[in-house]
Amino acid sequence: MNPANYLYLSAILFSLGAVGVLVRRNAIVMFMCVELMLNACNLAFVSFARINGNLDGQVIAFFVMVVAAAEVVVGLAIIMTIFRTRRSASVDEANLLKY
Amino acid sequence: MSSLLAAASFDVPTIEYGQLSPMLIIFGVAVLSLLVEAFAPRGSRRPIQLVLVFAGLAAAFAAVVMIRGTQHIAAMGSVAVDGPALFMQGAILVLAFIAALVMAERQVDPLGDAFAPRASALPGSTDEIAFTRLGWLQTEVWPLFLFSVGGMLLFPASADLLTMFVALEVVSLPLYIMAGLARRRRLLSQEAALKYFVLGAFSSAFFLYGTALFYGYAGSVDLSAISDALTANAGSMWLVITATGLVSVGLLFKIGAVPFHQWTPDVYQGSPTPVTGFMAACTKIAAFGALLRIMYVALGGIRWDWRPMMYVIAALTMIVGTLFALTQTDMKRMLAYSSIAQAGFMLVGVIATNQAGLSGTMVYLVAYGIATIGAFAIVTLVRDSTGEASHLSQWAGLGRKAPIVASAFALFLLAFAGIPLTSGFTGKFAVFTAGIAGGATPVVIIGLVASAVAAFFYVRVIVLMFFNEPTSDDGVSVVVPSGFTTLAITISVALTLVIGLVPQLILDLANQAGLFIR
Repeated sequence: MNPANYLYLSAILFSLGAVGVLVRRNAIVMFMCVELMLNACNLAFVSFARINGNLDGQVIAFFVMVVAAAEVVVGLAIIMTIFRTRRSASVDEANLLKY
Repeated sequence: MSSLLAAASFDVPTIEYGQLSPMLIIFGVAVLSLLVEAFAPRGSRRPIQLVLVFAGLAAAFAAVVMIRGTQHIAAMGSVAVDGPALFMQGAILVLAFIAALVMAERQVDPLGDAFAPRASALPGSTDEIAFTRLGWLQTEVWPLFLFSVGGMLLFPASADLLTMFVALEVVSLPLYIMAGLARRRRLLSQEAALKYFVLGAFSSAFFLYGTALFYGYAGSVDLSAISDALTANAGSMWLVITATGLVSVGLLFKIGAVPFHQWTPDVYQGSPTPVTGFMAACTKIAAFGALLRIMYVALGGIRWDWRPMMYVIAALTMIVGTLFALTQTDMKRMLAYSSIAQAGFMLVGVIATNQAGLSGTMVYLVAYGIATIGAFAIVTLVRDSTGEASHLSQWAGLGRKAPIVASAFALFLLAFAGIPLTSGFTGKFAVFTAGIAGGATPVVIIGLVASAVAAFFYVRVIVLMFFNEPTSDDGVSVVVPSGFTTLAITISVALTLVIGLVPQLILDLANQAGLFIR
């Protein structure tokens, strides 16, 4: 199969994730959309590794997974504290800071 | 695949430990500091942490001085140790030192320090009240601080986009947590952490996708390999343009440039004030270092393609930052919008794409960073019974109540406004002359107009402090701090004056730093 198709898929996944962050209102779902974007990047890296014929992209994908895991730890902790304080993970209710 | 396997002969990597020593020292101290948190008894943690932090920062600065003049790409092509990188590492370490002094303060707040006794305890819960009554203070902020500083040292020195991405995350992840640690107004603080985290993760995903596209284009994420591929003009141009845009989004977010600035006022206002000063000054230096390196090293060859985009962003950043700062009623928010406007002025130096632009931006970053940390340190001192009195009306007549503190704050505001004989003038002059030399005259003109408008709201605060009567019954007073904050403010005042009165010192230093190596 033409490896370019995987690039199109990764672009679609990345766009879905970006739109999800912008339109969804639940912090957990927004966070999942960010993870979708990171995984779309991984798909692009491995597809390009195949197209370019070197292994850099595959190695980078591992780095990205580690960084994404670290981000999950910090992100879920922050969302948990907000949830415990407000009994809601909706970003619309975190609205004390404005103007 | 067979060609891949054949090419997989294994070279033992060489690591230049000496040239990487500033980062290695800070990361090593950060790990030690984490172990202290885990194993040292509660009472002895603070003295050990403070010794570790200040000794670590001083040792790393000494290491930067020792390896000055190095021009080498270390760690198998991943870390560029060159003049600009060392200049920015030195600046970050000095500013982090001043910021750490403000964070170590424990005399200003009668309840302890600026940080929540237990960040995990619910705001207003019986747990939290008990912790506060017992006088528990946390020191967990120090390992986070050190990891963040380590990432900041790596960020402007990254020679490939993967290292840059990892450094970006190492800078940001501790800062997300630190933003949520405030002792008072905890709901605001947690909200700031949430906003910073969601938007920060969102923007770093853009950076990463841009990196993927650059990899697809050049077959490597090395900045010099990207530059070579652009010179050879191989592959499709739309890939490069899209990749440039996506990578820029990630970096411009960290810088706080319009239209990626929305997080800045909220996060600056909600975070504990000592942390705000730290991240406003040091993150900006690190992120500008990375942006300058990408734009000058990797994308210098296609500057005619990205400069129009940067023209628009720089102009918008200056205009929006200035206009919104005019309408603010909260001191921390006003300083946040002012820092957005300052980012716009610095972008003029990025657009210039010449050596004067590089050194001018570095000088501006130092001048801005010092004044910012000093200004936020003073914000921590103006308090009423509920904590910091950050509403502008509460600052009326401060010049009568505390002339020295108000004068220092006035000096920092004049530096932000770019009045001659302060550091801000040196920075603005360096950046704007570089901009004109680099052919960006329209943006410089917008910058000059924006500075004139910005001077209005800085001077307005000075008038408020010195020429308005204090409201007698608002309970606002200027707290006398311990030696830590006093020292931090004294150093900031001294450096602001020195850079303003003897600009040649820092201009020479920045010029000697030379250009990025490729």
